[in-house]
Amino acid sequence: MYSEKVMEHFANPRNVGEIEGANAIGEVGNAKCGDIMKIFMKIENDIITDVSFKTFGCGAAVATSSMATELVKGKTIKEALNITNKAVTDALDGLPGEKLHCSVLAEQAIRAAITDYYKKNAMDPLPIVGCDLNCSDCASEH
Amino acid sequence: MKKTIYLDNAATTKVSKAALDAMLPFLHERYGNPSSVYSVGRDAKEAMETARNKVAQAIGARPEEIFFTGCGTESNNWALKSVAAMRKEKGQHIITSTIEHPAVLNTLKYLETQGYEVTYLGVDKFGQISLDALTKAIRKDTILISIMAANNEIGTIFPTAEIGKIASDNGILFHTDAVQAAGSIPLDVRKLNVDLLTISGHKIGALKGVGVLFIKKGLKLPPLIHGGGQEHGMRSGTENVAGIAGLAAALEYRVSRLPQDNLTKKRDRLIEGVLKIKKSAFTGDPVNRLPGIASFVFEAIEGESMLLMLDAFGICASSGSACSSGSLDPSHVLLGIGLPHEIAHGSLRLSLCEDTTDEDIDYVIEKLTDVVDKLRKMSPVWQE
Repeated sequence: MYSEKVMEHFANPRNVGEIEGANAIGEVGNAKCGDIMKIFMKIENDIITDVSFKTFGCGAAVATSSMATELVKGKTIKEALNITNKAVTDALDGLPGEKLHCSVLAEQAIRAAITDYYKKNAMDPLPIVGCDLNCSDCASEH
Repeated sequence: MKKTIYLDNAATTKVSKAALDAMLPFLHERYGNPSSVYSVGRDAKEAMETARNKVAQAIGARPEEIFFTGCGTESNNWALKSVAAMRKEKGQHIITSTIEHPAVLNTLKYLETQGYEVTYLGVDKFGQISLDALTKAIRKDTILISIMAANNEIGTIFPTAEIGKIASDNGILFHTDAVQAAGSIPLDVRKLNVDLLTISGHKIGALKGVGVLFIKKGLKLPPLIHGGGQEHGMRSGTENVAGIAGLAAALEYRVSRLPQDNLTKKRDRLIEGVLKIKKSAFTGDPVNRLPGIASFVFEAIEGESMLLMLDAFGICASSGSACSSGSLDPSHVLLGIGLPHEIAHGSLRLSLCEDTTDEDIDYVIEKLTDVVDKLRKMSPVWQE
């Protein structure tokens, strides 16, 4: 059911753990649904110089987290925001249909971390990051 | 090839030597149709009757009470749908438990769409129903109680004889899904007071695609499958002679090995070793438990990840997490015993068999401990 790439990233996940001094942290998902993704970034001059993750979830959740961190590493914020769930899925040679939500979670985790970065720097993330679908910390309606 | 340690015997089993030997002649040399009048056909017919006698003997039944089907699911469908149809005039109320196999639960869900009413008895943390609650759930229009003999996910053994007594005292038919219990614990249909009992071949060391429904003599159960009138018109379709011979031999072998004290000892050693892992817990009934099933939950990790990592070490197991079941919710059994979703996602079932060695158990404990540790290091919700 999983591609070789997914299995490889699951067996040898890249960038696992917490980065000390991370200035952008995003957490999405919930334990009730069985997956939580937390992404840690170090952002300097608009560039993601370091990134890591911690994930509670299935094989696809771990593999998409690993791949998402690989895709954003060294990228500018703008480039990172352009990474879609499809890009994560494609980079893993596809995911089974019922696991596609894991790649959505990975995209949301990147956005949540960047949102956190702007908030920490007293900037409104909404015009830049857009809606992260995390309705609890957003006043606008969609 | 890497070593495989198969600890998913509650999912399916290897065909036993006894079953294989019993089946082989009927695949190539003795291939007759039991309905044919000539000797080749009569030979197949005789094999069927030998098998029927063996199955009857294994569960304390009479041969004429044994009917062969295509699988456990078919047997459950037959029992539930046909009792419902047969007793419709008397009433339309059925009692079951919340932790039955989907083959029972989804059949009852279907009957609900046909106007039947079903009471789902809740279970306690061990997975046990309350006999008091069962008695209270009985109504004038109750026609059937269907409660499994033992649970497939957590291994809990139900008080089948007591349930059967309550049913017969109240003039209600009693069906038990014994797919997981058959061949693992002694079953005697008279002592258990059952009217209908389901067995599946592939859970006891026989083939997939063959099952049994025991129907107590005198019960005029309408057939589910109509056709050429095989099984005395009760279950049409040319008989799976080889599969049936295999099922009977497998069951006879398994029953001859009861009680499975050695297996119980191995299971308990496995449980003891696994529970040394921090924040792990055992699920199911600590006493009334199938000899081969050990089931657990581990905090802060998810089941499918565990299965994939164990597979990398050649260990086959199963989990009731949402991702393993292909649904959004973890297993109804784990939720039924009161586990919160987040804990139920971290479930693991290890089901042993006679071939499981002490070395296998040591290896599994060692690797599982490593796997849990590795996943927890990766988990954002894990706290030492």
